[in-house]
Amino acid sequence: MSASLTSMSLASMLQFSIILPMLATLAIVATGRKPNLREAVTISTCLVLLYFVINLYQGIKRGESISVTWWELLPGLQVSFNIEPLGMLFALIASFLWLITTVYAIGYMRDHGEHNQTRFYACFAIAIGSVMGIAFAANLFTLFIFYEILTLSTYPLVTHAGTEKAKRGGRVYLGILLGTSIVFFLLAIVSTWFVAGTLDFTPGGVFDANVNKTVAGVLLVLFIFGIGKAAIMPFHRWLPAAMVAPTPVSALLHAVAVVKAGVFTVLKVCVFIFGLDLLSVLPSTQFLLYLAGASVLLASLVAMRQDNLKARLAYSTVSQLGYVTIGALLATSAGVMGSSMHIAMHAFGKITLFFCAGAILVAAHKSKISEMHGLGRQMPITMAAFFIASLSIIGVPPAGGTWSKWFLLMGTMETEQWILMAVLMISSLLNIAYLIPIPFRAFFPGGGTSSAGIGIKEAPLASLIALCITAVGSVVLFVYPQPLYDLARAILVIPG
Amino acid sequence: MAAPLCLLLTRPRMVWLFALVVSGTAFLTSILLLQQVMVSGTIVYELGGWKAPWGIEYRIDQLSAFLLLIISAVSTVVLLAAHTSIQQEIPASRHRLFYVLYLLSLAGMLGIVATGDAFNVFVFLEISSLSAYALIALGKDRRALWAAYQYLIMGTIGATFILIGIGLMYQMTGTLNMHDLSVRLPAVEHTRTVFTAFAFIIVGVCLKLALFPLHLWLPNAYAYAPSIVTAFFAATATKVAIYLLIRFTFSIFGLSFSFTALPLQILFLVLGLLGVFVASTAAIYQTNVKHLFAYSSIAQVGYMIIGFSMTTATGLMATLLHLFNHALMKSALFLALGAVMYRIGSVQLSQFQGLGRQMPLTMAAIVIGGLSLIGVPLTVGFVSKWYLVLAVIENGWWPVAVLILLASLLAVVYVWRIVEVAYFKPPLAANESVTEAPLSFLVPIWILVVANLYFGIDTRLSIEVAQAAAQSLFGVSP
Repeated sequence: MSASLTSMSLASMLQFSIILPMLATLAIVATGRKPNLREAVTISTCLVLLYFVINLYQGIKRGESISVTWWELLPGLQVSFNIEPLGMLFALIASFLWLITTVYAIGYMRDHGEHNQTRFYACFAIAIGSVMGIAFAANLFTLFIFYEILTLSTYPLVTHAGTEKAKRGGRVYLGILLGTSIVFFLLAIVSTWFVAGTLDFTPGGVFDANVNKTVAGVLLVLFIFGIGKAAIMPFHRWLPAAMVAPTPVSALLHAVAVVKAGVFTVLKVCVFIFGLDLLSVLPSTQFLLYLAGASVLLASLVAMRQDNLKARLAYSTVSQLGYVTIGALLATSAGVMGSSMHIAMHAFGKITLFFCAGAILVAAHKSKISEMHGLGRQMPITMAAFFIASLSIIGVPPAGGTWSKWFLLMGTMETEQWILMAVLMISSLLNIAYLIPIPFRAFFPGGGTSSAGIGIKEAPLASLIALCITAVGSVVLFVYPQPLYDLARAILVIPG
Repeated sequence: MAAPLCLLLTRPRMVWLFALVVSGTAFLTSILLLQQVMVSGTIVYELGGWKAPWGIEYRIDQLSAFLLLIISAVSTVVLLAAHTSIQQEIPASRHRLFYVLYLLSLAGMLGIVATGDAFNVFVFLEISSLSAYALIALGKDRRALWAAYQYLIMGTIGATFILIGIGLMYQMTGTLNMHDLSVRLPAVEHTRTVFTAFAFIIVGVCLKLALFPLHLWLPNAYAYAPSIVTAFFAATATKVAIYLLIRFTFSIFGLSFSFTALPLQILFLVLGLLGVFVASTAAIYQTNVKHLFAYSSIAQVGYMIIGFSMTTATGLMATLLHLFNHALMKSALFLALGAVMYRIGSVQLSQFQGLGRQMPLTMAAIVIGGLSLIGVPLTVGFVSKWYLVLAVIENGWWPVAVLILLASLLAVVYVWRIVEVAYFKPPLAANESVTEAPLSFLVPIWILVVANLYFGIDTRLSIEVAQAAAQSLFGVSP
C-alpha cells in the first residue's frame, strides 16, 4: 500500500484527493454497523488525504504545475483541475482540520449519544471531497459543480437532529445557498462565458481590457451576491440558521469548509476572473466594499447581543468573512495576501472556538453564555483554549490573526480607504467586547455566583486533544507564519 | 405498431412480454435510425410504393429520429414496470385492453413523428389521443372518468382545429405532403386563408401541448390516470405536440412567415413565462403529489416554449435538449410515484410521511429526479437550464434570464416539500409495514435515474443530436 502510494504521480494524487473522500463514503456506509471499523475508515481516509495534499504542496513548492482534465461536460466546458497556491492553501487547511475534526467528532458524537452517525460521517466525507474539488478547480464551471454538491451534501448535516427547528434551519440554509447560487451565481457564470468566452481561471483575469465597465460591474455584483457561502450581509441568514447542526459540523463546515469555500470563491473570482487591474476600476467595487464593511460592523454588533454561544460565534464568522471579502475587493497585493492568510488564521481560531462550545455543551450541558460564569474552574483547558482562539480572532499577539489583519490594514492604507480602515479597527474592538468577557468571566466569576466545589470535569479526551491542537495551531501560525506567507505571496507571482 | 395482435394473446403475462418486445424493437429501430440519419441525412420511405405527392411518405430527419428515440426509449423502460403496477390499479379483465391501448398510443405518437404528410399527422394524432382518453379512463379513481372526459373535449377541439388548418392549407396548395407544402406555401402566404390556417394549427397544437392558459386538462388527466400511463404520457405526449409545433412553424410555414404573420415571439415568450410561474406556484400548493408534478410539467413546457420563442439556433437547441431531459426526469419521477402508489395506494403528500426510511431507494430516486428538475449540476436538468439561459443571454434578454432562474427556485420549494415530509416525519401508523418497492419497479426507475445522471455528465449524445436537429431546421427554413 505505502509503496504504491509513494510512487503515485502528483496528477493522480490530485485526482484521488477528490475521489478518495467520495469512495470513503461508500466504505463508511458499508461499515455502518460497526462503529469502530467505520471510524477507522474515516480516520485512515483523513490521513491518506492529508498525505496526498502535503505531497502536492511539496510539488507546488518545487514549482511543478499539476493539472488534470476529466472530461468535457458541455462543449468547451471541461471538468478540470489545476493547483495554484491559493487552492493549495485552502486544501491544506481543510484536509488538516478534517482530521482534527474527525478526532473531535468521535469523542463528541459518542459522548452525546447522537443518532444516525453513519449518515453523519458519510455526508462529511462527501463534503470534504467537494471542498477539495473547489480548491483545485481549474475553471469556474468545475468550481460551481462542486459548490452545489457541497451545499447539498451539508444539508443532511445541518438538519441532523431531525427536529422541527432543524428543519426550519435547513430550509433557510438550503433556500439561501441554493437560491443565490442559482439566480445570481449561475447567471453570472453563464454571462461570463458569453462575454469572455472562457471560464478558466487565468492570472490577470479573463476579460478584455476594453470590456464594457458597466457589464463587468454588474457581473461583479452578481458574483459577490451569488456566492452566498461568503455570507455578505443581506445573504448571511443561513449561517446562524445552520447552527442547529451538531457542533463538529458547525465547527468544520461553518467555520472552515463551507464559509471558506465561499470566500475562497470570491478571492478566485476577483483575482483570476476579473483580475486586480480591472477590479480596481469597476464602478461597483466601491459599493461592494462598503457593503462588506457594513457586513463586518453590523454582524459584530449583532454578535454582542447573542446569548447563545454558537449564535454569537456564527455572527462573528459573518463579520470575519467580511474581512476576507474586503481584502479581495481592495485589489491590491497586500489585500489579497491578507485575505488568503485570514482564511487560514480565522479557520484555526474559529474552529477552536466551536470545539470549545461543543465541549462545554457535552461536559457541562450549557449553551448560553450567561450560564458560563465560573466555568473556568470546571473546564480550565477548554477555557484557556477559548481565550487563545479569541485573541487570534481579535488579531493581537501571540496569535495568528495578527498577521492577516496587519496585511488587511496595509491594504486599506495603500488604497486610502480610510473609512474601511476605521471599520476594521472598530470591528476589532467589538471583537474584544464580545469574545473576551466569556473566558474572563469563566475564570473570574466574581460575586457569589462561583460554582466552586464541582471539580474538574473536562470534555471527552478525543475532543480535548482536538481543541488543544487547533489552539496551539493558532499560536504556531503567529510564531512561524513563513510557509503561509510564501503561499499567499505566490498567488500573485506564479502564473497559473 | 402491432397492437391488434395483442388481442390474440389471452394470458396477461404473455401480453406484457409481447408489448415489451414490440416497444423494445421500436427502441432498437430508432437507435439505428438515429445513427443513420446522423450519418447520411434525411431518410424518405414511401408507403405502398406511391410517389410522394400522391402517396403517403415517411420522412425522418434528425429531429424526428431524436423524438422517436425519446418516445420508444421511455415507453420501453416504463413498460418494464407495467406488469406489476397495473395489477394493483386495473382490474385483471382489462389488462389486455390496457396493453392494446398502450401500444396503439405508442404507435400513434411514433407515427406523428415519422410521417411526412400533414393529413397523416392528424390521423395518427387521433389514434394516439383516442387511446390516451381510454387509458386515462382506466384509472382506479372515479374522477379518472371525468378527467378523461375533460381531456377528450379539449383534445378533440385541438385536433379539430388542426384538421381545419390542414384542410385550409390543402385548399390553397392542393397538397398534403409537408415537403410540398413548404415549397408551395410561400406563393400564397399573403392570403387570409393561409393566415387562418396557421392560426388554427397553432392554437390546436398549443392545446395539445398544454401551453398556459390552455393547460386545464392536463393536471387531472395526469393525476387520475394509472401510474404507468402517467409516466408514459408525461414523458411523451406533450413532447410530440412540441414536435408538431416546431414542424409546422419551421418546416412547413417557414420561419419568416411564422413569426411575422402573428406576434408569435412575444406571445410565446409571455405565455411561456406566465406558464412557468403560474404552474410552478400552483405546484407548490398541491396536496396530491401527482398533481404537483403535473403542474411542474406545465411549467417545464413553459421553458421549452421560451426556448422556442427565441427563434435562434441556440434557443431551439435548448428546447430540444429540455425535451429529451424532461422526458427522462418526469418518467423517472412518475414511475417512482407509481411505486409509492403500489405500496401505499395513495400519492397524497401527507401519506409520504416517513417514506424516506421505508422506501429509501424509491425516495432517493424522487430526490434525484427533483434535483434534476431544479437544475443542479451533474443532472440533465442543469444541461438544459445552461443552454436556455445562454440562449436568452445571447438574445440580450437579461430580465428573462433572471426570471427563468427565479422560477427554478419555485421548483426548489415544491420538491423540498416532498423531501421534508418524507424524511423528517415519522411514518403514519397505517403505513408502518410498508417496505421498499419490488424489483420490477426499482429496476426501471433506477435505469431512468441513472440516465438522468449519465446524460447530465456525458452530454455528448443529447447535445450533438439536438444541435444537428436545430441546425438542420434552420438550414431548411427559407
